[in-house]
Amino acid sequence: MDIKGLIIILMSSVLVNNYVLSRFLGICPFLGVSKKVDQSVGMGLSVIFVMLMATAVTWPIQIYVLDPLGLGYTQTIVFILIIAALVQFIEIFLKRFIPALHQSLGVYLPLITTNCAVLGVTINNMTDGYNFIESMVSSLGCGLGFLLAMVLFSGMRSRIDESDVPESFKGLPVTLIAASFISMAFFGFAGIVENLLG
Amino acid sequence: MKKENNLSVLLKGILRENPVFVLVLGTCPTLATTTTVTGAIGMGLATMAVLICSNIVISALRKFIPDTVRIPCYIVVIAGFVTVVQMLIQAFIPDLYEILGVYLALITVNCIILGRAEMFASKNTVAMSALDGIGMGIGFTLALLSMALVREVLGAGTFAGLEIPFLIDHKIELLAKAPGGLMVYGTLIAVVNKLTKGKAIKKKEFACAGCPSAAACSGNCTETAKEEK
Repeated sequence: MDIKGLIIILMSSVLVNNYVLSRFLGICPFLGVSKKVDQSVGMGLSVIFVMLMATAVTWPIQIYVLDPLGLGYTQTIVFILIIAALVQFIEIFLKRFIPALHQSLGVYLPLITTNCAVLGVTINNMTDGYNFIESMVSSLGCGLGFLLAMVLFSGMRSRIDESDVPESFKGLPVTLIAASFISMAFFGFAGIVENLLG
Repeated sequence: MKKENNLSVLLKGILRENPVFVLVLGTCPTLATTTTVTGAIGMGLATMAVLICSNIVISALRKFIPDTVRIPCYIVVIAGFVTVVQMLIQAFIPDLYEILGVYLALITVNCIILGRAEMFASKNTVAMSALDGIGMGIGFTLALLSMALVREVLGAGTFAGLEIPFLIDHKIELLAKAPGGLMVYGTLIAVVNKLTKGKAIKKKEFACAGCPSAAACSGNCTETAKEEK
């Protein structure tokens, strides 16, 4: 197994191709749940968890069921149903067996069904032709990138609340502009992976 | 049904309840596909097609779908139409398919469609829902187009791929990239805020009522949603 290749996939999905800041997937929870640091950590961890589970299920289904049967075109429907079912299942499982974890992650789980980052990462793994290990690593990277972006941004938002912004910019507009600065900072990572490891 | 009423259903999507700038739904495709005018129009029209079809079907089925499993039902209907649109675009406009890529499949989880299904189609007649779909679709396309105009003309110095003299030599490349998308979006929302001051509905209330993430997106959203009920 090519460890270097896996590290490149991991680093580039965390930093360079960050799902939120450069591919714009999962913007809704990024703007909605990033008001407090603890909330954003909870959401980030739930997303990592669901992304890994979803990849572990969708990859074999696509390769061993949909592709041999020539049903590749039903990918979107099948994947979204798998994710929705999986989220429900995880919620029931956590509630039954790990109530402590359910208490901290429970509120975020239903939202993840409609989080485009999860559907996005499973479809992207297929389009990029990753094998099973690579897909899992790339999902982990995307999840970590999401967590990183959420936590950094929640820190930034607490500063915005205290500052004086023009009337029309109050609320969402100024938040988006702050997000654009974070995104600009992540731009600095472009090329770093190739130069360090390539 | 009064004619005036129909017209207002159709028109409200364009500015007063614009899905992108006022309801703030469907932010992901808004930011991701507006680097070029072509991509923005393609995305807008694809979403509009899915929105109209899913609104009609969901409205027609609204008496048969049990309340407890309505969200999964909506998602299946929407995913079905997305697949149809995806296959049509792949077959007839392969260039556009290349530009939009994964975002085409992601129309499924675009909150505009689920939001309108929940907010409007599940409570109104088929004809009204179709009108709402058309209005919201036009509003979405126009919003994407205005974002793409700023980003492509100023950011890349081109319009739908055609070079614009002078601007091509003085382009602001940042605008065409990821941070520029967020910045242009924020600024345009501020402009719409200014234009519709007093007339636009409060975005919190409306966006949250239909947004599936209402439960966790901080306390004040759920409070306003409860007040509305």
